[in-house]
Amino acid sequence: MITILNWTALLIALITSVGLLLQRDWRVGLGLLATQYLSIFWLVQIHWPVSMAAGKLVTGWMACAVLGMAQLSNSNTEESEEAWPQGRLFRLFTAGIITAATFGLSLRASNWLGLSLPVAWGSLLLAGMGLLHLGISAQPFRVVLGLLTVLAGFEILYAAVESSTLVAALLSAINLSLALAGAYLVTMSKEGQT
Amino acid sequence: MSAPFLWIFLPFILAGILSLLRNQKVITLIACIFTLLLTLAAWLLPLDTVMTIGGWSFKLTSSLNILGRRLVLGPPDLSLLALIYGSAVVWFVAASATKSARRLNSLGLAIVALLVAALAVEPFLYAALLIEMAVLLSVPLLFTPGKYPGKGLIRFLIFQTLAMPFILFSGWLLAGIDANPGNLGLVQQAAILIALGFTFLLAIFPFHSWIPLLTEESSPITVGFILWMFPTVALFFGLGFLDHYSWLRDAPALNNILTTVGLLMVVSGGILAAFQKHLGRIMGYAVIMETGFSILTINLAKSVGLNLFLTLLIPRTLCLVVWALSLNIFKGHSPSLLLNDIKGLVRTFPFATSGLVLANLALAGMPLLAGFPSHQAIWGELATSSYSIVIWALVGSLGLFFSAFRVMTAFSAAPEGAHWESHETVAQRVLLSIGFIALFLLGLFPQWVLPLWIKLPAIFSHLGQ
Repeated sequence: MITILNWTALLIALITSVGLLLQRDWRVGLGLLATQYLSIFWLVQIHWPVSMAAGKLVTGWMACAVLGMAQLSNSNTEESEEAWPQGRLFRLFTAGIITAATFGLSLRASNWLGLSLPVAWGSLLLAGMGLLHLGISAQPFRVVLGLLTVLAGFEILYAAVESSTLVAALLSAINLSLALAGAYLVTMSKEGQT
Repeated sequence: MSAPFLWIFLPFILAGILSLLRNQKVITLIACIFTLLLTLAAWLLPLDTVMTIGGWSFKLTSSLNILGRRLVLGPPDLSLLALIYGSAVVWFVAASATKSARRLNSLGLAIVALLVAALAVEPFLYAALLIEMAVLLSVPLLFTPGKYPGKGLIRFLIFQTLAMPFILFSGWLLAGIDANPGNLGLVQQAAILIALGFTFLLAIFPFHSWIPLLTEESSPITVGFILWMFPTVALFFGLGFLDHYSWLRDAPALNNILTTVGLLMVVSGGILAAFQKHLGRIMGYAVIMETGFSILTINLAKSVGLNLFLTLLIPRTLCLVVWALSLNIFKGHSPSLLLNDIKGLVRTFPFATSGLVLANLALAGMPLLAGFPSHQAIWGELATSSYSIVIWALVGSLGLFFSAFRVMTAFSAAPEGAHWESHETVAQRVLLSIGFIALFLLGLFPQWVLPLWIKLPAIFSHLGQ
C-alpha cells in the first residue's frame, strides 16, 4: 500500500511539474505548485517524522499564497513569455527528455544513497524540471516557481540524509523568503507600470 | 553578552528598525555610527575577558548556542569583523551622497549581519543557508521599484540560489569522508559538488553573466556593495573549506584547477572590459577579474601564505567604493552610462570622472595607485612559478587598463569652448576627494594598512601558518 502511495506521489510530482512548464495562467500554475507540495510532503515523510514533513507542506502552501496574493493584486495584467521557445510541444518534448534522464540517474542515486526509487526519481525529476523551467523563463513569477521546484527536489533528497530541525527550519524560511522576494518583484514592477 | 549577539543579532535588529524609518539622513547617521562602533569594538574589545567600565563589569563570550548549533566569533575573528564592518562604514558613508542610502543602510546592515553569521556558524556548512538568506535580502536592494526586473537580477537570484543545494549536499558527503577518509569515490563526488557550489557562488565562468548585467541595470552603489560583500564572504567561506579539509587542500588537481579558473576570470574579465561600451559593465568585468586574482592568490597560499590574498581586500574595497560612487553620480545626470552618452562630461563632472578613471586604473594595477602593490606582488609571485601564467595575468590587467583609456577618451571629448564647472554636490566632492587621496596613499604607503589585516591569517589554523 505504502509503495503504491509512493509511486502515486511521484506521478503527482511528474504531472504537476510538467503542468507548471506548460501552463500560461498563473492561477493554474499556483494550483499545480500547491498540489506538487502534497507529493513533496509524502516523499519527505518517508524519512522524516510526519510533523516535520507537514512543515514543508505548510511552508509550500504559504509560499503559494504569498505569490497568489501578489499576482491577484495585479491580475488584469497578463504577461507574455519573453524567453524562447514558447511552444508547448517543445516544452513537452524537453520535459520528456528530463523525465527519461532523471529516471536513469535515479536508478544510480537510489543505489548510492540507499533510497527507494520513487524518492530518488521524484527528487531528481523536480530538480530537473525546475532547472528546465529556469532555462526557458524570464518572468520573475515563473522564475520563482522554477526555483521553488528546484529547491523542492533538493529538499526531498536532502531529507533522506539530514534530519536536523534547524536545517528544516532554515530551508522553510528560505522557501518563504523566495516567495516573498518573488511577490516583491511582481508587485513593485507592476506598480511602476500602472 | 556574547560576541555573536553583538556583531550579528544587534545589527540585524537595528537593520529592521532602520527599515521602518523614513528620514534618509537619520538612517544614514544611525547606520554609520553604529557600524563604526561595531568596527571599533572589534578592534579594541577583548573576548572572554572580564572588563570593568566604571562600576559595571561584563564579559564578551565568543560563542552562542542556538537550536543545537553554535555561532562562534573567537579572538582571531575580530580582525575580520573589524575589516568587514569597517568596509561597511565606508560603503554607508559613500551611499550617503546618493539617493540609495536609505535602502542600502538598512538592508546592507542586515546583509552584513547575515554574512557574518555565515562565517561564524558551526558546523560551517550551515553558512550556505545563511548566504542564501542574504541573497534573498539583496533582491529588494538591487531592484529598482517601478521598473521591470532585469536579467541580471533574475540570474543573480537563480545562480546564487543554485549554489546552496550543492554546498549543503557536499557537506553531507564531507561528513562521510571524515568517517571514511579512504573512500576515493566519495572524495571525488564531494569535490565535484563543492566545485559546482563555489562556481555558482563566486560567479565563476560560465556563471558570471549576471555581474555585468546587474552593474548595467541597478544602482551602481548598491551593486558595488553586493559585488564587494558576496565575493569577499564567499572567498573566506571557500578558504574555510580548504583550511578544514586536508584532503582538499592537498589534492594534486587543486593547483591546476585554481590556476585555470583564476586565470580564466582574470583574462576574460580584462579582455571583455576593454571592449565594453557601458561604464557599469566595465566595473562588473573588473570585479570578475578581481575575483580571479583572489583565486590565483589562494593557489599561491601554499608557498607564500595568505598575505597576497589579504593585501587585495582593502585596495579593492576602496577602488570599488570610489568607482561605484562616481558611476552613481553619472547615472543620475546622464541619459545612460554608454560611452556615447558620457562624452565630454569631464568638464561638468571633474570629480566623478577622476574618481572613475583612477579607480579603474588602480584595479588594473597602475603604479602609484592603491591596487599596484598587491598586484605587483601577485605578478612577481606568479612569475616564479610560470612565465606563461604571469603573461596571461598581465593581458587581463592590460585589458582593464585599456578600458580606462577608452573611458578617459570619451569623457574628455568635450565640445570646443565648453567651460569647466562641477555639478557634483559638496558631499560628493568631499567624499571623492578623500577617495583620491586614499587611492594614492595606499599606492605609495601600502604598509599603512598592514595592521588592518596582519592578524587575519590566524583565522585559518592550517592555511594561516
